Amino acid sequence: MKVDLVTSLYVFMLAAFIGFEVIRRVSPLLHTPLMSLTNALDAIAVVGAIILVGLPHEHGGRLAKILGTIAIVAATSNIVGGFLITDRMLRMFKASGPAKKS
Amino acid sequence: MTSSVAEYLINSTYLIATALFILSLKWLSSPTTARRGVFAGELGMLLAVVGTLLHQGIVEYKWIASGLVLGALIGVPLGRAAMSKVPQRTALSHAFGALCVTLVGASEFYLKTPDVPPLTMGVLSTEVILGSLTFTGSLMAAGKLQEVLPQRPITYKGQNIVNLGLLGVAIAVAAVLVVHPERTELFPLIVGIPLVFGVMMIIPIGGADMPTVISLLNSYAGLSAAAMGFVLDSKLLIIAGALDGASGFILSVNMSKAMNRSFSNVLFGAFGQEQPAAAAGGQAAPPVRSATPEEAAAILAAANTVVIVPGYGMAVAQAQHKVRELSDTLTKKGIDVKFGIHPVAGRMPGHMNVLLAEADIPYDKLLDMDEINGELPQTDVALVIGANDVTNPGARSDSSSPIYGMPILDVDKARTVMVIKRSMAAGFAGIDNPLYYLDKTLMLFGDAKSFVGALVRELGGGHE
Repeated sequence: MKVDLVTSLYVFMLAAFIGFEVIRRVSPLLHTPLMSLTNALDAIAVVGAIILVGLPHEHGGRLAKILGTIAIVAATSNIVGGFLITDRMLRMFKASGPAKKS
Repeated sequence: MTSSVAEYLINSTYLIATALFILSLKWLSSPTTARRGVFAGELGMLLAVVGTLLHQGIVEYKWIASGLVLGALIGVPLGRAAMSKVPQRTALSHAFGALCVTLVGASEFYLKTPDVPPLTMGVLSTEVILGSLTFTGSLMAAGKLQEVLPQRPITYKGQNIVNLGLLGVAIAVAAVLVVHPERTELFPLIVGIPLVFGVMMIIPIGGADMPTVISLLNSYAGLSAAAMGFVLDSKLLIIAGALDGASGFILSVNMSKAMNRSFSNVLFGAFGQEQPAAAAGGQAAPPVRSATPEEAAAILAAANTVVIVPGYGMAVAQAQHKVRELSDTLTKKGIDVKFGIHPVAGRMPGHMNVLLAEADIPYDKLLDMDEINGELPQTDVALVIGANDVTNPGARSDSSSPIYGMPILDVDKARTVMVIKRSMAAGFAGIDNPLYYLDKTLMLFGDAKSFVGALVRELGGGHE
């Protein structure tokens, strides 16, 4: 297991800058949906858990399978719950005026 | 399908997912495009998960499928949570995210030990420490918000030293593991100690600090996921984690600024500590003017402009639907109604906006602090519903006030102020509010929901 730390650091740094620029523009009106959406996106960690459970291991495979499956459950509940509630919240935000009647 | 084709395919799903995630957050910036943002996020997620399942080495689909199904079954009710429960639901989802990261990190360690290079062990430790403390910290926050745990801050002497000491020990153990990754008996310590730290960290946090703390935990959850991306060498995970970390960080900074407090002050200086000193200062309270629903309704009916300032009290009383009826009734009479929302009103960033949107109040009526403060001096009536400290003029003028310097909604500049409040008890920060003793202030004593209901009846409105 080797880690290309330098490349990863560059990727992390660039993503953090993009994150700052993009999220700074989110109106305070939508800060709650913002948090639930980023939470759902963060659950992409499920990908790591799937690989962990799916691949065959020589030693300690049983432990990895059990912990990994719990991890999949936790992350999937965040994906499903997070997207669901974000969309429910956003559907409630309506503008006033003529647009409302259409 | 040959393995190299599969690999290209998997990598392209990850690449597209990354782009969709960034677009998702970009589209969230405005309410008109926000739902497209959710769709982009869902599509990216679906692509990445399907792409991962194409991985050639996967032999164990049964466990994966059961995990995905069970997770979806738990996720649906969490996604259908009532809007008033959104803060605790959010805290709970931070805990789940952190749990996933911690479990994967721990498994990676036990699979790879003793063959773990120092750099990998370093990021792996970061992942596990951040993940574990976020897990218990978020569970504690959710418990306090759901009121299964006492909401009052619990403080004791030397608390900060104990907490920092715990964290220090965990980091020291991690450092030993970096040098000696074969010492597996030490690994439970870098899970266990941060688990305890997470609990200790939230014990001194009071209700009014929850918006900052939830944002901070959000940031930690993101950073731990990014660390997991470093360990697994997954760029997609690093980027998603960095975006989440940045989002939580921006929100925490916003919240701290809105309370005029530094980060460390929120984490290490429980607000509740200031309470005895502040309470001791108030001797015989000056008289206040109170009014009945009839009197208050008459004043509202005579107004041209009304600004409603909601706070956590409105959420507790579930008064948002009655507030919408009041707003509709006043609007029908030709009165201009707007809402002034303080960044830390409620228990998480944007909490009030979601509740008012749920009650069908159009979002263009919801103005944030800077916008509404420009209008308050020309406002006839400012109606404060269940908000306290965010309207305290002492924050502007009284340098001895614990909240001195905190930006507030200048409701005291309106021509008449009405405050719906259960009793004269102090707010969460335990600080007396001079607003209540002004000549232009009318106190409307009662439950927010029933009082607003009475106002609507007096004004001859109501739909149901």
